[in-house]
Amino acid sequence: MLDFLVGPFAGNSFMANALLAGILVSVCCGIVGTFVVLRGLAFMGDALAHGALPGIAIALLLGLPGILGAAAGALAMVLGIGLITRRSNLGSDTAIGLLFVGMLALGVAIVSRSRSFSGDLVRILFGEILGIAPAEMALQFGATLAIGIATAVCYRPFLLLCFSPEQAETSGFPARVFHGIMLGMIALTVVVSFKTVGTMLVFGMLLAPAASAALFSRKVGTMMAAASLIGSLSTYLGLLASYYLDIAAGASIALAASAVFFVLLALTRLFRASRSRGSASEEAAHA
Amino acid sequence: MPEDRAASALETGSLSIGYGSEAIVSSLNLSLERGMSLALVGANGSGKTTLLKTIAGLLAPLSGSIMVLGSPPLALPERVAYMGQFHPTSFMLPLRAIDVIRMGRFAALGLFGKAGSVDEEAVEEAIEVMSLGPIAKQPLNALSGGQRQRVFLAQAVARRAELLLLDEPAAGMDASSRLGYRRYIEAAAARGVSSIIATHDIEEAAACDQALLLARKVVAYGSGREVLTASAVSETFGLVGRYEDGKLVVMEPDHGHCGGED
Repeated sequence: MLDFLVGPFAGNSFMANALLAGILVSVCCGIVGTFVVLRGLAFMGDALAHGALPGIAIALLLGLPGILGAAAGALAMVLGIGLITRRSNLGSDTAIGLLFVGMLALGVAIVSRSRSFSGDLVRILFGEILGIAPAEMALQFGATLAIGIATAVCYRPFLLLCFSPEQAETSGFPARVFHGIMLGMIALTVVVSFKTVGTMLVFGMLLAPAASAALFSRKVGTMMAAASLIGSLSTYLGLLASYYLDIAAGASIALAASAVFFVLLALTRLFRASRSRGSASEEAAHA
Repeated sequence: MPEDRAASALETGSLSIGYGSEAIVSSLNLSLERGMSLALVGANGSGKTTLLKTIAGLLAPLSGSIMVLGSPPLALPERVAYMGQFHPTSFMLPLRAIDVIRMGRFAALGLFGKAGSVDEEAVEEAIEVMSLGPIAKQPLNALSGGQRQRVFLAQAVARRAELLLLDEPAAGMDASSRLGYRRYIEAAAARGVSSIIATHDIEEAAACDQALLLARKVVAYGSGREVLTASAVSETFGLVGRYEDGKLVVMEPDHGHCGGED
């Protein structure tokens, strides 16, 4: 049994590196995803993830590192959303939707123009966690550390932003500045994680573990820690499934994260139902 | 700075407030001394929340001048507490009531300040003032609307500010909680704390030192008891009524019969 659970990672450096990279992505996504879930920024996270696609495609076309293109794509997305929201009466969800579709279509158009890109598209969307290079792992570690430090420094304004942007502003923390920092953290997570889990699946890792943690957490700090752990567990389970069932690693990690959410949802509902039954019978006994 | 501490709680000169370029209320000349309370009274859309947000620094004035505790709005976040009307996203936050109240100390602590005994005392005091002891450690999303309102008010209390800006603070509260809140405002005033309270409640307004009646213009401004006349209240709310012993007896305009109070 132990060999079944540990074996694939013990004698296989690709699998071991993939697990380590996945844990780093999980910690990064667990912290940032907590704010994405609490502030209702899921659509924004999705848009940033897909907004990176044309940037990556253009960078690859020009022979530049994909990560630069991803950063440029995410930045263009943030600036575009801000521009549409300021210059029109449209809400940010409409602005995000418009740019999301436009950027995704642009990415696919660029990729379809170049026949040599067909393999790259799959890698851009779903990552290549089993082929992660040491330099990319170091970059992921640096980004995770930077996000951890930024969260520790900005924890109070971030908490106030989740509660009410007006409270953040009147407490001496400019809401726009800290909202910008938060968006920057989402963008950084997407940009550095695309090599590992891809632009499509990074969104799943941002959302699913944090949403799972929200089901039972009573403190924001606990939710971040729980989301990071759930993401890491999903990475392990996903890689294990990928190894034994021979399915794409990135997709199996995201599938595992979604499955963990539904299992936890069922467990929390069962727990609450049994607790309310317990209190009802206690009241009846006292009556 | 002694000069700053001696400045009025609020001074405005020919102030115009509104959203974008549309003025909602113009020519506001207000003055509130330290330790005094001002009620902003009006129907929905009359401009009271807009004025409160302008004083808080959340909206820029369209024209005119405004000084809060002798400084421009937002310049003294640790000395001014603002409690808004809605906290739309707060309902799903994984926070206990006490965590929300502790957030009231963030203005004084800034990014790096370490919470100490003064902060814990302020939080404990706020819990006691709003009678939140039994529910302080409960999750926010398990509380009723009225209990949440008391928690939000306790957050403002925990700031130990010199000026309280409260938008419908007693909305949804039961009679006992309202009494606790009124006693707190009176005790705070005795310590020199000023308050500006947006309200629909005529009784609450009558308890304040000053009242400003708004209906997208200034209907009346002055001492609460003097300006809360039947005609001024009628013009403010578009009702017919008479004001007796702190109670407004309202009659429907067309029929002239008594319709209720407050």
